[in-house]
Amino acid sequence: MEIELHHIHKRFGPVHANNDVNLTFHGGRIVGILGENGAGKSTLMKILSGYQPADSGEIHIDGQRVIYHGTQQAIQHGIGMLQQDPLDVAAFTVLENFIYGQPGGQQLPRKAAAEQLSTISRRFGFELDPDTPCYHLSIGQRQQLEIVRLLALGVKTLILDEPTTGISAEQKQILFDALRELATKDGMSVLLVSHKLEDVIALCHEVAVLRAGRVVGAKEMPATTRQLVTLMFGQELAPQTRTRENLQGRPEAVRLDGVTLRGKRLSVENLSLSIRAGEVIGLAGLDGSGQELLLRACAGLVKPASGRLYLGGHDMTGQSYRQFLAQGVAFGAAGRLEEGLVGGLTLTEHIALITETNTVIDWGRARQHTADQIKLYDVRGRPESRIETLSGGNQQRMLMALMPQKPLLLVLEQPTRGLDVDSARWIWEQLFTRQATGAAMVFSTPDLDELVTYSDRILVFYSGQVYEVKDATRTTIDELGRLIGGHFEEQTQ
Amino acid sequence: MNEQLINILAGIVATATPLVIAGLGETIIERAGVVNLSLDGSITLSALVGFIAALAAQAATGSDAVALLCGLLAAALTSAVIAFIVALGGITLRQDQVAVGFVLTMLAADIAQFIGQPYTGQLGPQILITPIPILSQIPIIGPILFRQTILVYFSYVLMIGLWYWMFRTRGGLAHRAIGERPAAAFARGTNVNRLRYFYTILGGALVGVAGGAYSLSVKAGWTTPPNMSGDGWIALAIVIFGGWHPFRVALGAYLFAGLRALAFAVQSSPDIGIPVVLLNAMPWILMIVTLLLVSSGSIERLLQILPRSVQKRMRNFLRAEPPAALGTRFDPE
Repeated sequence: MEIELHHIHKRFGPVHANNDVNLTFHGGRIVGILGENGAGKSTLMKILSGYQPADSGEIHIDGQRVIYHGTQQAIQHGIGMLQQDPLDVAAFTVLENFIYGQPGGQQLPRKAAAEQLSTISRRFGFELDPDTPCYHLSIGQRQQLEIVRLLALGVKTLILDEPTTGISAEQKQILFDALRELATKDGMSVLLVSHKLEDVIALCHEVAVLRAGRVVGAKEMPATTRQLVTLMFGQELAPQTRTRENLQGRPEAVRLDGVTLRGKRLSVENLSLSIRAGEVIGLAGLDGSGQELLLRACAGLVKPASGRLYLGGHDMTGQSYRQFLAQGVAFGAAGRLEEGLVGGLTLTEHIALITETNTVIDWGRARQHTADQIKLYDVRGRPESRIETLSGGNQQRMLMALMPQKPLLLVLEQPTRGLDVDSARWIWEQLFTRQATGAAMVFSTPDLDELVTYSDRILVFYSGQVYEVKDATRTTIDELGRLIGGHFEEQTQ
Repeated sequence: MNEQLINILAGIVATATPLVIAGLGETIIERAGVVNLSLDGSITLSALVGFIAALAAQAATGSDAVALLCGLLAAALTSAVIAFIVALGGITLRQDQVAVGFVLTMLAADIAQFIGQPYTGQLGPQILITPIPILSQIPIIGPILFRQTILVYFSYVLMIGLWYWMFRTRGGLAHRAIGERPAAAFARGTNVNRLRYFYTILGGALVGVAGGAYSLSVKAGWTTPPNMSGDGWIALAIVIFGGWHPFRVALGAYLFAGLRALAFAVQSSPDIGIPVVLLNAMPWILMIVTLLLVSSGSIERLLQILPRSVQKRMRNFLRAEPPAALGTRFDPE
């Protein structure tokens, strides 16, 4: 199957998200679609998979022009897309999700469908139990289910949007093997949208690069990370590194004594930990392995079931979030709009919430203050813009602007989630200006590179158990990947 | 079994029936992701409209059967129209479903009180008990379950039919999906908003039948103030108690009717020194306690005692998560 895109245009208000895109995809090849945040990759893939129509332009399949409305029709033309957050129904069982969307009469073909599901799953080494409710599945398993579902619907071109976010090293290996087999044995086209250049290098036969809505380059693989970065940003970026200081003799910022934290699904038992001022602790682990409990405990949002927690020498056990803030904790949640920012409020209102402590707000002063912060943090937005109208990267910049200048402890949940290399680097620069003032830092991230690059120590979480990597500079991504999968016992340090 | 007890149980099944039907109607609506808070007013107004229609049809045709059918249809239509307004406000006009439903429930109840005045105390046609041959002869179960009115049998069929539809058919998958994750439903070719309209109106019609079940059967006639008012809120609570599952919702309705019968029995025995007000409040208080029990972790602790194989089934049965997209809007794109 050969897909040609001719002169695709798509605008969202003033933004020209796709500007005259022309691309051709051949069967049997894995193509990486690269570009920084807002380059238009997702928009293009959504147009191709029927999630949204293009303003103008044509799609040709095997030389024939095709027009389709909606994802169902795109699938009938053989094009299916796996979303970053797979579009399944959590309350359904695996089998129900598999069947829903397939054509057929009212009667559910449970037996036949279960057989089809297991046949396809077995071929790729996916483990999917038909009767498990989907809310019990990991993101990796949900992806597998969605891939199996799309294959059962006869998809010949598979689009994947950031598929390696939040899945384990093992699941990634299984996914990559499956994609390679689909491309080489079945002759399918696989389009991979990814920020992670190492994934692209490991998997793709060619790449297409978008910048500001236009195709700015294409390249046959192999290529080096540096070449790809140059294509994406139009310039080389020096690798970001961090000089680690000797922390001996620094005061203790945080101490946990035998703290037990209970979550809904698992608990972290009897954890003791001491963090010095200026120290950076990275938390590794699959989503929901217990790292979010520790983060939230450090911010005062989860109260320890037992044990004591000290901040700067003060016993803070059982104190409220407010008191943690007063003590100098700054918390940045992964769900920016859910927990960090207030949807519906403008940037000025956000600033006023923090700076204006009088009963009557001086809006003039707040607006001036906001304008200063916008300039300082290079936020693309106006004081009167509502926060949800900003892009993810700009929301994160705004969160930075809202954080105290000299915190005792920075607690950050996936601080660079969904950001491209350039924005992520900027965020880290900001964080390290705070760290330089003596702030300790605890952060979680699914990005192993980030952990190794920025941490002094790494705590690996696996279903509530914790393994400490004492010196992050001496670990490798492979080792971390194994630890995240729960292979603690093989490690000797 | 004691004949008196059988009569009491049969009475509970009969008085619970409007709650069962209304609860299942609301279940249909909420499973589609829409909250219809107009229940209480809808039931009251439907009861009145059904009663008036039945009276008029009786006068016109002289046939009780025709009159009752007209009454039930009019009742169903009344609540279906109210539900349509909820859907229109919540889906097309993009208003808050809770607010729209709340205003409608007040409005409908007031209209019913106002129009209903002249009908207070009038005699009208009433749905009679029709025992089912053979089934009603079964000892104990027969007289409790199968010596009832057509509406009671309808509620059984509705309960089983709805369960089958939701969990055993392709249409049921779409029905649940639009209430859980409309974006996923949309991606699989389901017309989310059209289906939401459909289920809201369908569920609304059933709420209307529940209203008719009061004025034409369980509490035949019309009183001022209306004697079924408040039951709509109970039906809403029962849907939550029932975890949006047809069988559990029905169970909740029977439980509540049982509690109410118990309160009534205690109240009418002379030598018990419990204040009447407290007794009347009992079913509500017990309902709250049960809701708390179901939603707190105590059930989980009880489950730990059971063998593992049963645990999983029980946990799935007791899982009472609201439809994830309940009360939210969905815009394609």
